[in-house]
Amino acid sequence: MKKNLPILIALVALLVLGVMRYEHFLSAYNVTSFWRYNSMFLLISIGMAFVIITGGIDLSVGAVAALASVVSALASPHGAWAGVIAGSLAGLAVGVLNGLVITHMRILPFIVTLATSLGAHGLALLLGHNDAVAISSDMNFAAFGQGDFLGLPIPGIVCAAAAVIGWIALRSSRFGRHALAIGGSEEASRLMGLNVDRTLVLVYAVSGLLAGIAGAILAAQFGAGQPNEGVGWELFAISAVVLGGTRLTGGEGSIAMTIAGVALLGLVFNLLNFENGLGYISLSAYWQSVIRGLFLLLVIVLQARVLGGKKAVKVAH
Amino acid sequence: MIDDTQRAAPIAQAPVKKKRGVAIQREVAVLLAMIVFNLIFTQHFLSLQTFNVNLTQVVTIVIVGIGMTLVVATGGIDLSVGASMAIAGALAPMLFMNIDGPPGVLLAFTLPVIAAAACGVFNGFLVTRLNVQPIVATLVLFIAGRGIAQVVTDGSLQAFNNPAFQWIALGKVAGVPFQILLMLALVASFTWIVRKTLFGKYLLVTGGNEDAAYLSGIPTARVKMIAYTACAALAGLAGLISISVNSSSDANVVGLGVELDAIAAVAVGGTALTGGKAYITGTLIGALIIQLLRYTLLAHGIPDAAALVLKAAIIIAAVYVQRKRG
Repeated sequence: MKKNLPILIALVALLVLGVMRYEHFLSAYNVTSFWRYNSMFLLISIGMAFVIITGGIDLSVGAVAALASVVSALASPHGAWAGVIAGSLAGLAVGVLNGLVITHMRILPFIVTLATSLGAHGLALLLGHNDAVAISSDMNFAAFGQGDFLGLPIPGIVCAAAAVIGWIALRSSRFGRHALAIGGSEEASRLMGLNVDRTLVLVYAVSGLLAGIAGAILAAQFGAGQPNEGVGWELFAISAVVLGGTRLTGGEGSIAMTIAGVALLGLVFNLLNFENGLGYISLSAYWQSVIRGLFLLLVIVLQARVLGGKKAVKVAH
Repeated sequence: MIDDTQRAAPIAQAPVKKKRGVAIQREVAVLLAMIVFNLIFTQHFLSLQTFNVNLTQVVTIVIVGIGMTLVVATGGIDLSVGASMAIAGALAPMLFMNIDGPPGVLLAFTLPVIAAAACGVFNGFLVTRLNVQPIVATLVLFIAGRGIAQVVTDGSLQAFNNPAFQWIALGKVAGVPFQILLMLALVASFTWIVRKTLFGKYLLVTGGNEDAAYLSGIPTARVKMIAYTACAALAGLAGLISISVNSSSDANVVGLGVELDAIAAVAVGGTALTGGKAYITGTLIGALIIQLLRYTLLAHGIPDAAALVLKAAIIIAAVYVQRKRG
């Protein structure tokens, strides 16, 4: 718990700053639009958390989301549900492919998902003929990104559901415990008789599926499937997971802290917008990435300091 | 020779010494096969122009790839090379556009590379002193570095026309562009460094088994620091070449996505991402294979997007073949 303190303190500090300084920070409009926009990032970050917990990495989620957004847009004339399902299935397919190649060809996840990210981007460009694909306007597909249900944004509900399922799955399901065990020691898990390959395929499939849903939301929210969107999303997700205190070596991790990581990265952007709105200073959008990088650095340094004392086991330096 | 499985236990690793000449034979064979294919099926393939076009396309990727090979050899990875390119590319025009004459050009060649090298020192510091995993450590500058370049230039495009500075990219020696000669010289000298110098030995041993290397008295932290610094400095140089080719510097674009290309070139070139190996010439050949594939597809009317899908397949296939060999 100790290592989670830096991020929680940072999160609370940003929230307090926001509430004290900006009048409309807690307005219903800001809260719902914040939730709506960041739902896509939360979805891919949850998938990424599961992958990282097994000791792997999924660099393809950004390109997969782009591919799924194009597929959703192409399927949207056949109905709102067709769009959502087609996008999700496209993501699921790439995820399963990732998992199968990683487990059956025994290639590092890093390389496999790097390659599939190129492939998915290429496929998205081919399907979209190098351009954005508008979604069908007479079907209700846009509601999946822009609509409300019981006063709550639909993408927000989707990502909250995913977070709850992910949280329960990691804590109490066989799948979650297997994933943690594999991250702790893949060799030991195998010797204990766990079906490591099946769990790994499932983990990458989940990551792909969530990226696919995020892609469908992307298309619905912005009215078009965007083959060139999603660049750098995988690194956003990795930063969120790392900010949440999960080490990339696997074997541990928390969905709740991943949510905190996403919230922190999103808040930086949100606060910057408010600050610019006040008009005292004018920070260009470029500062956003600098500040995000600084936050990541801060948390890494704090984690290294906090964890540093305990890690006397390792031989080197 | 390569054990790419995630469960690669330290015990199972092959000894570091291997016959190097044999290691990248397959990559050379693939490259030759592609050249022969093009000689037969692609019109106008055999010309100095084709040669120059294909090589100039890979110069920046190969120069970044050399540094990436060093970092990968230590078992690390550097995601921030594109950001280092952008920072160097943003600084150089500010120097030679504001300081006239040779001093300005001289400064424009040195200071940006030093600034990029400083990024490498930062990465190396995080990796060696704070024990941060390389992916996470270099992620910081991947995110913030391009932002710094954008803030410095306010995100605007700097167009220029400075023959003295741009000679690095546009100059020609006996009909061959200078940048190609520079690239080959860098490949040759770094191949020599890895094979013949003490640093090269230390580099491979550090990547092979870091704890064992440390216990046998090798300054592993310094070796890694040098690898990250060299990688970033080379990326800075690549940034200068990139802006010279375009006669303009745009912090939003310079070096965008180059980390993926460089890692792909390293992987296709036979250097295992698990560390302990460094094939600089392999990286050159890997970059050429990827470029030639793209050229071949384009020459036969297949769109760039399809080339991306094929590139994905070739990376997987190349790594799989290497793994099988082990």
